[in-house]
This record gives sequence, structure tokens and C-alpha cells, in this order.
Amino acid sequence: MMPRTRFWPLLAFGLFVLSLPLLAGYLWLLVSAFSFQVHGLKPMGGLTLEHWRFLLEPIGQRPPIGRVLLNSFVYALGVAFLVVLASSMAAYALSRLAFRGRGFYLGLVLVLHAFPAVSLLIGIFYVLQLLGLFDTLAGVILVQASLFLPLGIWLMKGFFDAIPWDLERAALVDGASRWIFFLRIALPLVRPGLFALGTFVFIAAWGEFILPYTLIVSSRAWTLALYLQSLLGAVDLADYGLVAAVGLFYLLPVLVLFLVGQRFLLTIYGGGVKG
Amino acid sequence: MRGFWVRLFFLGPAGVLVLLFFLLPVVLTLFLSLTDLSTVTFSQPRVVGLANYLELLRDPSFPLILKNTLKYVALTLAFNVFMGLFLALSTNLLPDRLGEAFRALWLLPRITASVVYVLIWQGIAATAPYGLLSQVTGVSVNWIQQYPWAAVILANGFVGASFGMLLFSAAIKAIPTELFWAAAVDGAGIKATVRYVVLPLLRWPILFVTTYQTLSLLTSFEYILLLTDGGPGFYTTEVWALYAYHLAFSNYYGNARFGLGAAMAAILVLVGLLVSLLYLRLFNFRHLLEVPRIEVE
Repeated sequence: MMPRTRFWPLLAFGLFVLSLPLLAGYLWLLVSAFSFQVHGLKPMGGLTLEHWRFLLEPIGQRPPIGRVLLNSFVYALGVAFLVVLASSMAAYALSRLAFRGRGFYLGLVLVLHAFPAVSLLIGIFYVLQLLGLFDTLAGVILVQASLFLPLGIWLMKGFFDAIPWDLERAALVDGASRWIFFLRIALPLVRPGLFALGTFVFIAAWGEFILPYTLIVSSRAWTLALYLQSLLGAVDLADYGLVAAVGLFYLLPVLVLFLVGQRFLLTIYGGGVKG
Repeated sequence: MRGFWVRLFFLGPAGVLVLLFFLLPVVLTLFLSLTDLSTVTFSQPRVVGLANYLELLRDPSFPLILKNTLKYVALTLAFNVFMGLFLALSTNLLPDRLGEAFRALWLLPRITASVVYVLIWQGIAATAPYGLLSQVTGVSVNWIQQYPWAAVILANGFVGASFGMLLFSAAIKAIPTELFWAAAVDGAGIKATVRYVVLPLLRWPILFVTTYQTLSLLTSFEYILLLTDGGPGFYTTEVWALYAYHLAFSNYYGNARFGLGAAMAAILVLVGLLVSLLYLRLFNFRHLLEVPRIEVE
């Protein structure tokens, strides 16, 4: 713990000034979504809910927002579920089972964890074409989940490592199989890890742009990222109200998750996520 | 034999996914980079050896792309590391709650969807009477179009700084309090304490953040794609990874050239593999083994 300084109010003020662009930016989003027009940060002509009309009627040729919202939830939840399931299974094996090549797999996971997966986009595009999964939500979900696996496996391995061996030995002696032990005893014990990983992956997948943008073409499979991007390109730039409203709408679920799970998310973000 | 099936069962799902979407794409990228695959030759691509790589070398925009990439990585990295360091140090000198609030605020851009984040920048940078910058300065321009490089670096930096902030902050909290007492007894002020106690102990985290972000910046292009799409004008802010993306996926010239794009990506893939292997040696299980252990209350 660093000692406090007498000058901390001065320091706090300096930090506040540095953070002004962030504060102003998010404030702008909030104000714009509910005002007729915004000059700087000042609402002009009063408040309105008119920009939220996208909730009731389709904008132009775009699919209705309900469909897009559903896609986004299927996408983010699907990716989170896949990552949590596959990485805890693999992490359990790497943590608890002794076999030849374990060191190699651990090294591979580490290398992949540091490896920047975006550079594989062209190759991934082809794999999806070969599998017939191009332009489907399922295909992008599989891709996105794979990219989070190295992080997930490392994270979960740490949690499984902490489970006492005696517990496992006792369960096996009592006739439980590895699978039963994993499902009934190990998984409940690492629940905090599952929860942290799931939340983190959900937030990241919810905001993902490049993968759906590149691997999805038809608007029936659009996620909110693609919906908003299509508006950004088309709407008259003076009419920021609509895009701001959609943007705020898109941000809300993640904001709630962030406020609820902030404590452990702070540590997971500080851990091994690329930035 | 039973042991084999158990391992297969547990490692299978992750194994299949990693094989399909990590290892196969690596091989495919390397292979495609040796072909002339494009929209035109889609049905019968030919293997052309290293022709794509030679074409890249002769590409007149290649030096510009290279220069842009260096500029982008170096300046954003500098912003990330120094800002991260400053944020970590200063928030730790504040009362706990206030420090945490500032760290949460700086984490916000990272959890914000990239499209929304860029939308905010566009709103702030719009021409008068709408944009905040134009209002405050009285100069009505689109600030992103006017100063594309500042926009690219700041937009990336405000997201990237939180990575260093959190890692450095955790490292600062881990410094034994006795060291600070000892420094105080020796008459060290806050400046001397930071200079002679904290910074030397942050050497490893700083090295880690620097190398890690160098690699991820080298291959990242999401915010540039959304902010300027490499423009304005001729490749003003086009970087390596974005150029590869454009060659392969956008019909910039009416013909998406997967082979050529793959050649550019392949170089990134090779650099990425080399650097990742280097991490494994440099930080060895030292740092990365510690990372997954997060305490949850």
C-alpha cells in the first residue's frame, strides 16, 4: 500500500482533467439519445423520445430491432457458454490428469494466448467456407469461442489447481468416475471462476465487431454491432440522435454487467487480456 | 486405454475448436499466400510461389504502409505505457474509493462495444454547431478528418491505457508496506519513493506490457477501420494489418485479392508466432502462471 500524499486533492483534480474526454464522451451519448439536437453537450429544443423509434419500427430496410437484439444475445451467450464449457473441460484435464504431452499442450495454450488471432482472419474465412458455415451466426460463434479458449483454459486451470487432491482421491475411491467428479464436485468448487470467465467473455463477444462484420453478410444474422454500423454509414451525420439512442441501447446490458461484476472483472482484465 | 478415452473426452471440444480455427487457419494463410487466389481466379487459383511477396516489395505504397505501422505502434504504445503508469501511480495515491472510481472510468472504453466507442468520438469531433470540440475551440472542422493521426492514436490509447493501469496497479499494491516505511524513515518524499522504490519494482510489468502491446497493436486495426478506414485521402492512416484486410476483403480495386492479402497476413502470423514463443522464454511460467489466479469474493 502506497502512502497517501498531502497533495492528493491536487492529484485528483489533475486526473479529473485528464479524464474529461471520457466523461464528456459518455455524457454526450446520454444527452444526444434524449434530445432533439445537441450542440456540444447542450440539448437544443428540449428532450424527446423520438430517437427511440427504432424500438417500434424498422429503420429503412433494416431488420426489426427485436431480431437483431435476439441475435446479439444468442451470439454473446452462445460464445460464453461454449468457452466456459470447453475451457473448463480442457483445463480440468490439463490440471488433474497426468499424461504424456501435457507440457506440450500447456505450452501451446500459452503461445496461442499471446498470439494475435486477428491476423488469421483470411484463413478463418476459408475454413468457414469449407465447413459451409460462412454467413451463419453459428459459424461466427464457433470462431469467436475458439479465439477466447486459450485465455479461458489458463484461467480455469488456475482454479482447478487449487482443488485439494485428497478430495478427488476420496471421490474416486468411492467409485465416482472422473466425469462425475468433474461435474458434481469440481465445477461447483470453481464456480467463481466460471462466473468471472462467463461474464468477461459475454462482454467481449457482445461488443465484437470485426468477426461478424467480415463473416456475416445477410442482415437476418446481424448483431447490434452491424446494425449500428449500418446506421453510422447511412444516417445524415447531423442526425446523431438516432445513432446515439441505438448506441446507448447497445451499451446498456454491458454497463449493468460491469456495475454488478466490477470487482472481479477488474482483476480479470488486469490479468492476461490483450489491449 | 480408459485413460486415453477420458483425456479425449475432456480435451476433445477445445481441441477440435483450436485445430479448426487456430491451427488450420495458420496453415491456410501460409498456403494461400503462395497462390494467386482472388475474386477473378476464384475457381482455379494457381500456385505462384513467392510472387505475392515480391509484389509486396515492389508495391509503391509499401513504404508508406510500413511507416504508418511504425508510427501507429510506437506512438500508441508510448501513450499506453506512460498513461497506464501515470494512472496506476496516481490512483494509488488517492483515497481508495476515489482511486477505484477513476480506474473504473478508464476501464469503461474497454468494455464499450467498438462501434459505440467510435460513434462517441465522431459525435465529439463533428463540425459546428454539433461537435463539442468545434464548439469549445470555435473552429468548425471535422476533427477526425482534420487530424486523423491524433484521432487514431488517442482513440486507441484511451482504450489501451487501462491494460497497463490495471497490471501496474496490481504490482504497486503487491509492494510490501515495509519498503514504503523504510523509504519514509530515510527521508524520501513521494517523488523519491516513486523514483527509487516503485519504478524499479515495476520493471517486469512494464516490460511485459510493452512487449505484449507491441504485438497486439501490430495486428490490431478495428478502431482504425471504424474511425478513418485508412484515410482520409490516400492511405493516410493505413497500417499493415488493415492493408492486409483491405486487400483480402474489400473491393477496393473491384477485385478482392486473397492471395496477396494472405501474404501480408502471413508475415504478421510469422512475427506473431516468433514473438509469442519469445514470451514463453522471457516470462516463462513466471508471469503467465500467476495470471489465472484471480481472487473472487
